[in-house]
Amino acid sequence: MIGSDAIVKCLEKEGVTTLFGYPGVAICPFFNSILKSTIESILVRSEQNAAHAASGYARVTGKPGVCVATSGPGATNLITGIATAYADSIPLICITGQVDSKLLGGDVFQEADITGAAESFVKYSYLVKNAADIPAIMKEAFHIATTGRKGPVLIDIPIDIQNSPVSGFKYPETVNMRTYKPTVKGHRVQLRKVISELEKAKRPVILAGGGVILSGAVKELREFSHKYGIPVVTTMMGISSMPSDDDLYFGMIGNNGRDYANYAITESDLLIVIGARIADRAVSSPDLVAKDTVLIHIDVDPAEIGKNVGPTIPIVGDIRHIFNDLAKEDAECDFTPWVEKLSAKRLSAHPRRSPRKSYVDPAAFVTALSQRLGDNDIYVADVGQNQMWSCMYYVSKSGRFLTSGGMGTMGYSIPAAIGAKKAHMDRTVVAVCGDGSFQMSMNELATMVENNIPVKIVVFNNGYLGLVREYQHNTYNANYSMVSLGSVPDLSRIAAAYNIPFVRMKNGKDMDKVIDGFLADKGCALMECMLDPMDTVK
Amino acid sequence: MVKVIQLIVDNTAGVLSRISGLFSRRGYNIESITAGITADPHYSRITIVTSGDEAILEQIEKQVGKLIDVRDIRVLEPDDSVYRELVLIKVKVGDDKRQALISVCDVFRTKIVDITKDSMIIEVTGAQSKINAFIEMLQDYEILEIARTGIAGLRRGSDGVVYL
Repeated sequence: MIGSDAIVKCLEKEGVTTLFGYPGVAICPFFNSILKSTIESILVRSEQNAAHAASGYARVTGKPGVCVATSGPGATNLITGIATAYADSIPLICITGQVDSKLLGGDVFQEADITGAAESFVKYSYLVKNAADIPAIMKEAFHIATTGRKGPVLIDIPIDIQNSPVSGFKYPETVNMRTYKPTVKGHRVQLRKVISELEKAKRPVILAGGGVILSGAVKELREFSHKYGIPVVTTMMGISSMPSDDDLYFGMIGNNGRDYANYAITESDLLIVIGARIADRAVSSPDLVAKDTVLIHIDVDPAEIGKNVGPTIPIVGDIRHIFNDLAKEDAECDFTPWVEKLSAKRLSAHPRRSPRKSYVDPAAFVTALSQRLGDNDIYVADVGQNQMWSCMYYVSKSGRFLTSGGMGTMGYSIPAAIGAKKAHMDRTVVAVCGDGSFQMSMNELATMVENNIPVKIVVFNNGYLGLVREYQHNTYNANYSMVSLGSVPDLSRIAAAYNIPFVRMKNGKDMDKVIDGFLADKGCALMECMLDPMDTVK
Repeated sequence: MVKVIQLIVDNTAGVLSRISGLFSRRGYNIESITAGITADPHYSRITIVTSGDEAILEQIEKQVGKLIDVRDIRVLEPDDSVYRELVLIKVKVGDDKRQALISVCDVFRTKIVDITKDSMIIEVTGAQSKINAFIEMLQDYEILEIARTGIAGLRRGSDGVVYL
């Protein structure tokens, strides 16, 4: 057995069945060893998308996604994908080949200091210097990626280490790290305070973030909210933690969120933030939370508490554990008048101004599309205007909504959808992107077709980088710069080139029927929706 | 506000760069940083002097504490800790003023570690207030070079001592 065999063996021991990658000389020992394994390796068309696909895979399985690239440019290409996962706390195992360890630091061909370059985007990184260390490092890497606040871990392995003999391979049963022990259980005294504050409160609101989904606490959130009748709003990353038709769900907050969701936050006297960073896009300023609001912040990462808004009651721990502990307590409370007030606000909310009839209304489209998805199907939104429309009008059931929330990485949706689909071949996975973001990762159409991972792709075509155009409209008096995408490519011919069924929706006529046709069969498909070039998010 | 933070870290490759990198990318100040291994060669003790308002200092503690290699993080409160710094000062001094300088050095209990015809290297160890006072006294001389180690510190007493 050599080092690269050991890496593959470790992946098998961790239950990895799929990985996404791109080869090069420095990682060839690994890709040779993988031939002897049952692990399926999917060849993507660019390394960045290997990381995105692994991220999509991780988000729908709850297991870490694995991506593998070569040294130098292969490794640096991964960085955007790694950073995207880091910003959204997605567990990834990123393996990169490296030049011969004796040549390290010599600026040789395809050498890049990837552990140094990726330092600020990984939870931890390793440069393997001894093949005998591989089992312990792999065990630690999976442990770090999947516990506490999840995130990407990078393992950089020089080619000579991959080729070194490894004798007496033994995968460690347990991991014992002297310095890393994340808190799982919430402090009991603090948990009691949640109950006592609930009993005092008149207008409580739960703000659910991506942490709820990452800790697998969606069911627990819904149960907790319903036990006491507490309204729930979400951040962008928290979308799909509550079903849209839930009476207690009041949508996404933030400058692109629902007014009544923001109203719920400003008017609340008790705000329970769960697994959310309360970053700049979610709350325009920390003052949005009224001064006399009691704030409870529950997060697995103690550094998030107090970073953006001052907490009154911090609770550090795994959200699912905390919900389970909270469920053992009981509080006397009735928030009916508050919920009724919010429901009235929701009912009287102004509908979005419809665009011209000769185009597709993206809001109506997102609603119709997500309504037609099966209960557990997966919707992946890209970045740009399409993301805002998706966030606002996505109809959530028990399926998943994925998007690059923290980093806002264009081109995320197609590779992430491929990763998600690979994990759940029985579910429909739809990627919704703009014509800008589509062109950032349309090379992955080949990955999808060649590997028979049939994703449904929707492209909102308005000929512009719409969100930047909208920003320039508002901020630079409509002096547009660098935002026109023109009229090429002809997507029908792109679809034909990749052998993908194509449909173009020119306006809202027969929208439901066209969507039904698009979703009807199991195969992949590309739909182009023609949007008003001047359409805006709100 | 200035705070002295003491870290016990796993002695892995690049641990110092992970810590200093975190300070620079999050915009935290480092006034001084010292590192050296402890009695247990698995660990290093790092003493960082940093400054910022209350919220920033709290974030520094939390973000640094989050690094995988950091085993323990403590604030060394001035009332409860001993800080020392070592400074080497090279002063330009000839025959005429040498004797006067030596007497100043004696008062501060410093050591003269090198002497040439026209210069002298003085080693000062102690609390920063003493060092600053000594440097103040050297104003009449021409200081050629100063090398400061930054402070190292320990908490007083044997309570709560876990790492050597």
